[in-house]
Amino acid sequence: MSRTLSRAKSWRQPSVLPGFGLTFGVTLAWLTLIVLVPLASIFIRSAGMGWSEFVAVGFSDRALAAYRVSFGTAAAAGLVNAVSGLLVAWVLVRYAFPGKRVISALVDLPFALPTAVAGIALTALYAPTGWLGQFLEPLGLKVAFTPVGIVVALVFIGLPFVVRSVEPVLADLGRDVEEAAATLGATRLQTFRRVIVPAIAPALLTGFALAFARGVGEYGSVIFIAGNMPGKTEIAPLLIVTQLEQYAYAGATAIATVMMLASFLILLVINLIQAASRRRMGA
Amino acid sequence: MIRVQNVTKRFGDFAALHGIDLEVRPGEFIALLGPSGSGKTTLLRIIAGLEFQDSGQVLFSGEDVSDRKVADRHVGFVFQHYALFRHMTVADNVAFGLTVRKRRDRPSRAAIAARAEELLRLVQLDGLGDRYPAQLSGGQRQRVALARALAIEPRLLLLDEPFGALDAKVRKDLRRWLRELHKQMGLTSVFVTHDQEEALELADRVVVMNNGVIEQVGTPEEIYMHPATPFVSHFVGETNRIPAGPASGGARDEVHFRPHDVEVVREGGEALLVDNVFRKGGAWRVEGALAEGGLIVEIDIDVAQPRPNPGETVLIRPVRSRVFNANPEGAQP
Repeated sequence: MSRTLSRAKSWRQPSVLPGFGLTFGVTLAWLTLIVLVPLASIFIRSAGMGWSEFVAVGFSDRALAAYRVSFGTAAAAGLVNAVSGLLVAWVLVRYAFPGKRVISALVDLPFALPTAVAGIALTALYAPTGWLGQFLEPLGLKVAFTPVGIVVALVFIGLPFVVRSVEPVLADLGRDVEEAAATLGATRLQTFRRVIVPAIAPALLTGFALAFARGVGEYGSVIFIAGNMPGKTEIAPLLIVTQLEQYAYAGATAIATVMMLASFLILLVINLIQAASRRRMGA
Repeated sequence: MIRVQNVTKRFGDFAALHGIDLEVRPGEFIALLGPSGSGKTTLLRIIAGLEFQDSGQVLFSGEDVSDRKVADRHVGFVFQHYALFRHMTVADNVAFGLTVRKRRDRPSRAAIAARAEELLRLVQLDGLGDRYPAQLSGGQRQRVALARALAIEPRLLLLDEPFGALDAKVRKDLRRWLRELHKQMGLTSVFVTHDQEEALELADRVVVMNNGVIEQVGTPEEIYMHPATPFVSHFVGETNRIPAGPASGGARDEVHFRPHDVEVVREGGEALLVDNVFRKGGAWRVEGALAEGGLIVEIDIDVAQPRPNPGETVLIRPVRSRVFNANPEGAQP
């Protein structure tokens, strides 16, 4: 009895605000209601179809190709955003310039814009006859209706995640750390690689994970620019919708289940890596 | 020898430094003392190469390094808030300056580790090399920052408010220890402080700055006993200021005297109306107003003498005082 009590105490940190029991209970109830119940219903739905049928639909050649497209393009877009988002965050944190607030607001626009609008706009730009597409076409660069187009759409959608994750950490990092590296003889590249990147890596990873997760689930903007050729540019969410349109609810949930598990595993791994690096910095 | 020649620096409309000339001799421990906004930190950063002057030169051993970047100046710099690398262990922090060297100048991995260990022993942090900065106290972080700066064997050690963020006890211990280290290693050091006690205790020579100019350079003794300007007299140590003689024209000369440079006399002194008395170390600190003019004056009386009571009048006479001309440039000792 006393042992369980002391153990319970060890992970309950004393706080000036009482009510651990209440807040923890509300947290669990809320997560259950908002996240777990809907997700569980997907499992239950797909569980009704039997294992062999589940595998046949969830791991069909077409479904596997769609997973590859979805996860591959989301990862590529996440990487592009990790680099460009870091750049944008850097400029927003380190420099004062006229119109800074306008630019900062622009960064958030992809959050607010209906994704279909983004998809239509990007398709119009990158289609072979579009503003940009007509110049890229002669160079042999096809963007619209290829996986590259999907990546472009996902980069657009995911940018704010990286910028907003990295920005506060970068602001907190302080210039004196860079100056310290310089006084010790480090070149700019060494300062960036060995001092700045490790310090902001957890935040950058968060931004990447968020952008990646958003990219995996993205539907609205992608279907316009992707061309949706099965096996080539068909994304998994589209495959689900296709199944639904054919009233194959079980098939849709099977694909959804596979996607969900894969996403969960990837995000879990990213979270573990972050936890490890945070612990090291004593934060 | 470090030499600063006629250095001027502006930030927009604000003139941070005006024609600064300064010499730092090898082995010296120099304090840049002044109120905030006096330009002392700007001067330190210009010597380091973290900031660049608008005009004038910085010379290291006769060589003009004005255009040289901070990474090539080979100075150790200890930042006010330490600026430790949070994601690196204490040992990696200390070794950083060695590990970023070009491959042909870089010691072997084992040699670097041994050097870091040796430096940690020097700053009395041996055994803490595997910790992260977040796990150390303020005083320990300060010493890590110092060891990191010393690792590159700098020709000059610069410290920006090195004790500013520490509590009084730690500050005092660390001060004495730094003084020892400076002597023992034969360093040449310049540190910035707004704390006159710190400057007078640590430095071989003190540079008093105000409004972007140097008011006086001298040993702590000279600065305290023979302040060259009214500002120095007022800023370093406690000073009473009373106008000298009757008003002549607009400006009046000022008499400055220290609280302890006063004696109580039976006749012929100025009448002081005692307002408050308390014990300050080995003296009675008496606060009161001069009967003539009503100026507030603080004096110290030896505790061997009777303690004056509030409401009494005592006659006082400064035994040492300095008269400063109303024109602040022409000071008379």
